[in-house]
Amino acid sequence: MRRFTLIAVPYFWLLVLFLVPFIIVFKISLSDTALAIPPYTPTLDLNSGWEGIKGFFADLDWENFTFLTTDDLYWKAYLSSLQIAAISTLFTLLIGYPIAYAMAQSADEWRPTLMMLIILPFWTSFLIRVYSWMGILSNEGFLNQFLMWTGLISEPLVILNTNTAVYIGIVYTYLPFMILPIYAALEKLDASLLEAAEDLGCSRLTAFWLVTIPLSKQGIIAGCFLVFIPALGEFVIPSLLGGSKTLMIGKVLWEEFFSNRDWPVASAVAVILLLILIIPIVLFQRNEQKQREAEGQ
Amino acid sequence: MRRFTWFNATSLTLGFVFLYLPMVILVIYSFNASKLVTVWAGFSTKWYGTLFQNEAFLDAAWVTIKVAVVSSTFAAVLGTMAAYVLVRGGRFMGRTLFSGMIYAPLVMPEVITGLSLLLLFIGIGFDRGMMTIILAHTTFSMCYVSVVVSSRLVSFDRSLEEAALDLGCSPFEAFRLVTLPVIAPAVISGWLLAFTLSLDDLVIASFTSGPSATTLPIKIYSAVRLGVSPEINALSTMMISIVTVGVISASLISKRAAVRQQREERAAERIDD
Repeated sequence: MRRFTLIAVPYFWLLVLFLVPFIIVFKISLSDTALAIPPYTPTLDLNSGWEGIKGFFADLDWENFTFLTTDDLYWKAYLSSLQIAAISTLFTLLIGYPIAYAMAQSADEWRPTLMMLIILPFWTSFLIRVYSWMGILSNEGFLNQFLMWTGLISEPLVILNTNTAVYIGIVYTYLPFMILPIYAALEKLDASLLEAAEDLGCSRLTAFWLVTIPLSKQGIIAGCFLVFIPALGEFVIPSLLGGSKTLMIGKVLWEEFFSNRDWPVASAVAVILLLILIIPIVLFQRNEQKQREAEGQ
Repeated sequence: MRRFTWFNATSLTLGFVFLYLPMVILVIYSFNASKLVTVWAGFSTKWYGTLFQNEAFLDAAWVTIKVAVVSSTFAAVLGTMAAYVLVRGGRFMGRTLFSGMIYAPLVMPEVITGLSLLLLFIGIGFDRGMMTIILAHTTFSMCYVSVVVSSRLVSFDRSLEEAALDLGCSPFEAFRLVTLPVIAPAVISGWLLAFTLSLDDLVIASFTSGPSATTLPIKIYSAVRLGVSPEINALSTMMISIVTVGVISASLISKRAAVRQQREERAAERIDD
């Protein structure tokens, strides 16, 4: 009996507050927009019995999904989210790898401190970290002031409210997610393998390329997914740092819901976003699984 | 092969400058006397003064703290239960679905979680306010708690629990007297994680809050959409300092605990010899 309660309580909680809401989203994505409260039709009318249920299902259709394919705003937004997420993941990797590498090479007594310095920003408010870049990237911001002071430029660069600012924001906020798994992989790396490679005539660079990189592959893959997956549905960064031309699907969904109050279309946007996310999520899970098996041996 | 190289030193330095400089600038400019946020006009603490007179911010801060305390406590209890079920529960109907529902919220875009919960609350006619934010936050943070706690449970020797059961403990007593003390640090860090996630959340709170309850991130977001403001700089500085002090003291405490445990283990080994 106790075992039953132990399982049932969290199970029931997640069913009601996680799974059922998704079914509702899916249902509303098949409904039509209406000028009513709630602003969609049909609503399930159980009072009229079986006829009501049949009528309810008859009124559901894929119209919103067809609409998403006809209006090019949506597929452009999906494509541009994928592009922004992919490019910023690449930059995060290029910046994060040397940091993780240097951490793994540092003296043992320094590592806990370095680790804490990487994790500390993660505990700081995400919103504040994104906001902090607004003052740096604006036209009269610190970056422009600094560049004009050095004489590199004479006119301020327009960075805030462009895609460049979004890239910077994503790289900045998700950098710890890239560093930590790579560091974890590099830390376990057996240094004698590198010595062996060098003894066998590899230069340090070749040894790095042929030994270190392949052995930290799992960490690189995990880090890339940990950045790419949340970046794809990101809302705060494109909304604060991006401009009116920045198209990201999280922002489109938000505006569809709060500004246009078109709940069925917003739900359809959410369903498609989920479908797109399933691929990287499954790949990520498989990578984690492989890693666990490798460690188990 | 621990080698000091200029390359490593440079990438660490540049990396940490990149991570910390924006926040340092924010903190410095919160003491700026000028309302123009990028022009330095002398040291002043006046923005902290105006912040503390701003009723709307204080109300929102109070709501945020209440939501965070309640939701992270619920999340710690539910998340620990879920972790226990996942690691020790054995087989039961719908186990795959259950573990799927634990891991899915971790990768779910916030806009989707927020939207789906809002549609649920409207569908069942639940008035939106503090209660709905608490329910929403509990749901996603219990999954984080469960991941943290289950990684501790996996590494915990099950025979200790079995010994307690053999010695006449009820399963609940065995949990309370043997398992709970061992996983307590994980539960506490899970609680802290849930607490910060809740303090930080803008998107899900925006979807699930009603006119009666506004949280601090919602207030900050609507203020900064229009541009940088010195009051928000002051508020951010306070939040950054609280987190910094919290994280550093927590890590010092856990370091001291680790040292003490090591010393005790060494002493125990000496007795064994």
